Amino acid sequence: MKQFAELFTKLDQTTKTLDKVRALVEYFKVADDQDKLWTIALLSHRRPKRSVNSTLVKQWAAEFGQVPFWLFEESYHVVGDLAETIALILPDPSATSNHSLAYWVDFIRSLSDLEDEVKKKKMKEAWSALQSNERFVFNKLLTGGFRMGVSQKLMTRALAQYTGLDENLLAHRLMGNWSPGSTTFHDLVLSKDVKADDSKPYPFYLAYALEDEPQALGDPKDWIAERKWDGIRGQIIVRNGEIYTWSRGEELVTDKYPEYWILKDKLAHGTVLDGEILPFKDGRPLAFNILQTRIGRKNLSKSILQNSPVVFIAYDLLEYNGEDIRSWPMHERRAQLGQIVRQVNTQVLHLSEQVEFDTWETLGREREKSREHHSEGIMLKHVDSTYRSGRKKGDWWKWKVDPLTVDAVMIYAMRGHGRRANLYTDYTFAVWNEDQLVPFTKAYSGLTDEEIREVDRFVKKNTLERFGPVRSVTPELVFEIAFEGINRSSRHKSGVALRFPRIKRWRKDKPKEEANTIDDLLAMLKKYG
Amino acid sequence: MLLDFTEKGIYCAQAGVYIDPWKPVDKALITHGHADHSRWGHKHYLCTLQAAPVIQHRLGKIDVTPVDFGETLTIQGVKISFHPAGHIIGSAQVRLEYKGEVWVVSGDYKLEDDGITEPFEPVRCNTFITESTFGLPVYNWKPQQEVFKEINQWWRANKEEGKTTILTGYALGKAQRIIQNLDETIGTIYTHGAIENVNEVIRGQGIALKSTVRVTQDISKELYPGSIVIATPSSVGSSWIKKFAPFSIGSASGWMNLRGARRRRSVDRGFVLSDHADWNGLNTAIEECGAERVFVTHGYTSVFSQWLNEKGIKAGQVETQFEGELAEIGESAEKEEDPA
Repeated sequence: MKQFAELFTKLDQTTKTLDKVRALVEYFKVADDQDKLWTIALLSHRRPKRSVNSTLVKQWAAEFGQVPFWLFEESYHVVGDLAETIALILPDPSATSNHSLAYWVDFIRSLSDLEDEVKKKKMKEAWSALQSNERFVFNKLLTGGFRMGVSQKLMTRALAQYTGLDENLLAHRLMGNWSPGSTTFHDLVLSKDVKADDSKPYPFYLAYALEDEPQALGDPKDWIAERKWDGIRGQIIVRNGEIYTWSRGEELVTDKYPEYWILKDKLAHGTVLDGEILPFKDGRPLAFNILQTRIGRKNLSKSILQNSPVVFIAYDLLEYNGEDIRSWPMHERRAQLGQIVRQVNTQVLHLSEQVEFDTWETLGREREKSREHHSEGIMLKHVDSTYRSGRKKGDWWKWKVDPLTVDAVMIYAMRGHGRRANLYTDYTFAVWNEDQLVPFTKAYSGLTDEEIREVDRFVKKNTLERFGPVRSVTPELVFEIAFEGINRSSRHKSGVALRFPRIKRWRKDKPKEEANTIDDLLAMLKKYG
Repeated sequence: MLLDFTEKGIYCAQAGVYIDPWKPVDKALITHGHADHSRWGHKHYLCTLQAAPVIQHRLGKIDVTPVDFGETLTIQGVKISFHPAGHIIGSAQVRLEYKGEVWVVSGDYKLEDDGITEPFEPVRCNTFITESTFGLPVYNWKPQQEVFKEINQWWRANKEEGKTTILTGYALGKAQRIIQNLDETIGTIYTHGAIENVNEVIRGQGIALKSTVRVTQDISKELYPGSIVIATPSSVGSSWIKKFAPFSIGSASGWMNLRGARRRRSVDRGFVLSDHADWNGLNTAIEECGAERVFVTHGYTSVFSQWLNEKGIKAGQVETQFEGELAEIGESAEKEEDPA
């Protein structure tokens, strides 16, 4: 745990990619295999399940730190991170330990079946034996939300340097359905004959947003255009008579989309499709929030399947007849994909249609119509592009439609977390309904550090009321809020829910009276919802 | 009450004096030279002998009466004396006694002996007015020997890599504390001009501060790698620091105790080093002064006074002109007047 905590501290102390990779390589050199495996797991979103209720953890930490619970909560609001608050509030450790990362992860997992009193006793023993930075890391593992400021890509790069293996090969090996309990460092990373794992997906190729005008891409003939759908990126794998559906978050979601199960018999062995899991009914896509209603469900009831059915919009073919064809040019992969979709011939599997265009101007006009198609914009793919892994520039671009915007008044502010802890950075915005301000969205990204500090000062000086970490403030500041879509919502007072709301800019030029109204939002809902 | 909390600051009507007033008054008792305590425009200033040179240096021509620590003045029957607060050189708690009732205004303070400041002395009183900059149980400082060990190690490691070390701290107080605790055998200690100005004043009053070199245009850039530069917090990200490249930059402040603040400050290293009392320090100071009543100002006033009330110490909060959140505002605004 000492080595891992040190790694965490080093990664935390730098923002430079090179330094981070170097720290990881150094760590891989000294850590034992089981710890390496857990580190890879943690950095590829394979965290242990939460085994203790966080309210209990807070209570025990407060008790052990000899502070009343309300004072613990106040401190937490200021620190903005539960694991850190606990580490800071506990008394100095009374013992030391040399247990490994793997030991502590097992320790945390073993808590889940215990009685609360036993958990409490074990937690105190653990806290008493860990030094402050180890404690923080331990708490992070315990409370979930473990992030180390290192992406999976960066970890893979470090692992490639350490093992001398190719980065893309490693990225593929680290995909799929494994856990530190089910494999070893050797089998997962080093073993040449990748054990036949039928479920293993390919790393997704991700596109960058197009920032320049599309004319810079050259001849339109070299590009394929498709609509960009607002669903969930997915991979459908059929091997040996089984089907596996993966979401981009590397989550195996086969059970969540029973609609796709029929493909098991319709697709040949060794077929892997890349595409979009999209809610779809009566010949047209539904809004993303329809899909959200079924994402979290354990049991998919009949009514859910009826009200929010999905289809798979396929846009790429990665494996054909059991062969990895990612090196084929796009147009060949696509032609083969088209043939497969036609043969399968089912309502559930669509081929992502090409948007025909001769000039960039024509395509620009098509892009303007994106919202009418319930799409987010246009995807551009070079006809000769191979299927690369991860986010790479050059061959694939997303050309999103401009967001919708409204001007709104800030009425509540909440302290942020992490880098923004102790600053008021999360705001609630309202629009006018006659002479009342109606809250309709929260947003927190989009301001510069300088602006955040300015708003923070405003909040502290213009607080009307405090509700725990939230403050109501004098309605005065106006911001332009950008968002991708708008839907009806019964859960929100305003009756609408926005998709990807963020602050576009601070309208210092606008008095609050000139902010938009609820009628403006309802008009947008009618047009685009 | 012997002292009132007014718009201009803490006021003793019986003696006709204000303590650290923020608006111009006739007679001001000043706890120490930081700009949020020692303001311009009062007719007459009273402060310690040890604080006076810096205050005069900063405010220019002022009418000031320096008083030694422990010396008692009597103004209209009120006995007034200054006692070490341990915050920065010359910083004082102000004790006022009238008809057997004793009040102490802490100003800013810390309990740890930092090796250059007159160490904090507890003063028995009936009513204590305390700061609460770090009045939450998440603020607990390590002994400064440990922190300086880390700082010196960091400096040594940077030297080995051929880098300049830049450490930022407030020009008055923090900078001198750092300088005095550096291991000067590692290399030369350079200083930002604003810091060296204060150093000169402090040396002028007979304090043996370690030797430092002012950064000037004439110094060849090749001399900096391996040495340390003590800079003001506003240097972070400025063009002034470019000449020290390649460098590693750190910040020394109590706020560095929180990871969020460390990351926000965009420095390579954050060292937790404060001239304010930590959670235990505040509680110890209040216990040792034996006060039956406490007023809490500057910082987490509402939380800390609630905590004291629950412990059975009668406590109330005093709103400062910054609505009781000076500490937080100080941090978010990176305001140099409130060094932490």
